[in-house]
Amino acid sequence: MAGHSTYVPKTRFTHWLDSRLPILRFANDTMSTFPTPRNLNFWYSFGGILTFMLGIQIVTGIVLAMHYVPAANMAFDSVENIMRDVNYGWLLRYMHSNGASFFFLAVYIHIFRGLYYGSYKAPREVLWILGVIIYVLMIATAFLGYVLPWGQMSFWAATVITNLFSSIDQILPHFGTAVTQWLWGGFAVGDPTLNRFFSLHYLLPFVIAGVVVLHIWALHVPGNNNPLGIDVRGPQDTVPFHPYYTVKDAFYLCLFVILFAIVVFYLPNSLVEPDNYVPANPLVTPPEIVPEWYLLPFYAMLRSIPQKLIGVIVLFGALITLLFVPWLDTSRVRSMRFRPLAKQFFWALVIDCIVLGYLGAHRPDAVFPGTAIPMLPFARLGTAYYFAYFWIILPLLGLIETPRPLPATIATSVTGTGVEQVNAAPAE
Amino acid sequence: MRFARFALTLGLLAAATAANAAIDTSPLPPKQPGWSFSGPFGMYDRAALQRGFQVYKEVCSACHSLNRVSFHALSSDNGGDGFFTDPQVKAIAAGYKVPAGPNDKGETVDSSGTPLMRPGIPADHFPPPFANEQAARTANNGALPPDLSIITKARAGGPDYVYSIITGFHQKPPAGFKVLPNKYYDPYFNGWNISMPPPLSANQVTYADGTKATVDQMAHDVVTFLTWAAEPTMEHRKRIGFGVMLFLIAFAGLLYLSYRRVWADIH
Repeated sequence: MAGHSTYVPKTRFTHWLDSRLPILRFANDTMSTFPTPRNLNFWYSFGGILTFMLGIQIVTGIVLAMHYVPAANMAFDSVENIMRDVNYGWLLRYMHSNGASFFFLAVYIHIFRGLYYGSYKAPREVLWILGVIIYVLMIATAFLGYVLPWGQMSFWAATVITNLFSSIDQILPHFGTAVTQWLWGGFAVGDPTLNRFFSLHYLLPFVIAGVVVLHIWALHVPGNNNPLGIDVRGPQDTVPFHPYYTVKDAFYLCLFVILFAIVVFYLPNSLVEPDNYVPANPLVTPPEIVPEWYLLPFYAMLRSIPQKLIGVIVLFGALITLLFVPWLDTSRVRSMRFRPLAKQFFWALVIDCIVLGYLGAHRPDAVFPGTAIPMLPFARLGTAYYFAYFWIILPLLGLIETPRPLPATIATSVTGTGVEQVNAAPAE
Repeated sequence: MRFARFALTLGLLAAATAANAAIDTSPLPPKQPGWSFSGPFGMYDRAALQRGFQVYKEVCSACHSLNRVSFHALSSDNGGDGFFTDPQVKAIAAGYKVPAGPNDKGETVDSSGTPLMRPGIPADHFPPPFANEQAARTANNGALPPDLSIITKARAGGPDYVYSIITGFHQKPPAGFKVLPNKYYDPYFNGWNISMPPPLSANQVTYADGTKATVDQMAHDVVTFLTWAAEPTMEHRKRIGFGVMLFLIAFAGLLYLSYRRVWADIH
């Protein structure tokens, strides 16, 4: 679908440049004339939104790093200094800390969009896997960043998460502890831990940017999937990316930024645990150690398993599972619009993840407010459904489900008079 | 003797804890007195900030530090987020003594052994009431009065919670609830036993503007001041936010019209 290049250099300079470094040709073919299915909906605008959010995080992060001090006895005060005495430091920090939340909000919509429309299926398996790698890198970056303000939650989140590795002790005695101490750079979370976390937190976004380039490259080889999940048959099914999708993406991006701005300017601390405004204190454990909202479903899975090592395996297994999705889904139909059964299980998965997020914010021994119903069985059920969806339901559905008939082409589906248009379209 | 006292305390503690175990001592939901600064257009009440500063200075600062706040932050001149003029800020700063050593000869104490001190300047931060944590604990029956610089952001419930704690004293504990030695009953505090004695009593400060210094009034004023101390850039943030929202909404409208125009020939 990428097809041959339609770029024609217009000036002597661009002609000269084109035979030396065809960078303008590349930009033209990938960002301007790139043939894009004409029926992409709102949910397809999140790729552009994510690129924008990555840019926001990198730019605000670089400026914050100019003022931040990665030392255990100064980190908290340096963040307060940014908030009080650095010009617009409060804006940079609130954009960065809330930006992470909005980055994850967008990536979750993007991932579920891919799951719903079957965007992971051939020939887009590599595109999907690169996306999963970006997501895992985002989790790592967000966790490292959460530690940097060196508040109570920062310190104890770092302690809890690094301690996960000590569970390896159960199969290789002492090895897990050795790994944990190697990660810490000492015998507890401390100055060396903070220093290396800062270094890695600065590095990983650029790794993400690199994988994003691969992700977009892998997108441009087969071209976009679309809500119908059927292949593009010819030029009547597509429109050039610019101006059609640049303007559509820009509009939805602007709506997304409005939501972002409401939180940054009016509710900047609504997503933060108040405890993280208390300086880190290794001698005082907070009553409740919780990650940021976007990691709560995984935290619920971890805490629903009584055995630590198995809990850790389940936690990482939930992420690794995503890598196999292209081969676990046996249905030949991509879009769930035409899969009446799969659609219901998909929405159950969405609800499952939200419920797990709610349960993850509470202790495993908690009960639902106002009742005596314990939360733990629900966390276990939710965890079981997450794995069952990918490892049992998706493979089985492809065998037993009867999909609804697919439209012949994108053009026939989009326009009432599509058939005539298809016939009227000049053959290429 | 010492051991006996220790054992007695321990026994009392155990008895009290056992007695209180039967009662649910989770904190009451905070009171909601209403604040000038809440909502998207809410701003700090200037007069309340000045009165609240007076309450902090004359009452709270005896035990609680305000380490992260500098005197210059109090200034509203040259676009500052504070509520005093520059000359007023200079006078306030000069009223505090801050460590001055070492001097040109490398001395940190004078001939009588007292540390060298100088009057504060606007660039200084509020000096803490105690030299270190141990000194603070010794003076407060082992409890550490928390720094108040960001207290309204560091507690769930924020300003409502801090206000409720300050005004939550002087109530009769429910039957069967045991107030521990050196503790006070405050049902808005988790566990109901708080180490802070009731900090405010009526007419404890004399307001220059003639406002009647009731406990509620002083608490409301000082929490307004502490919320400002935690978030001095809030007014700036909300004002910029308003402009940003107007721009984004207008821009979204233009983008929508462009989108409709560009796609008109497709659908």
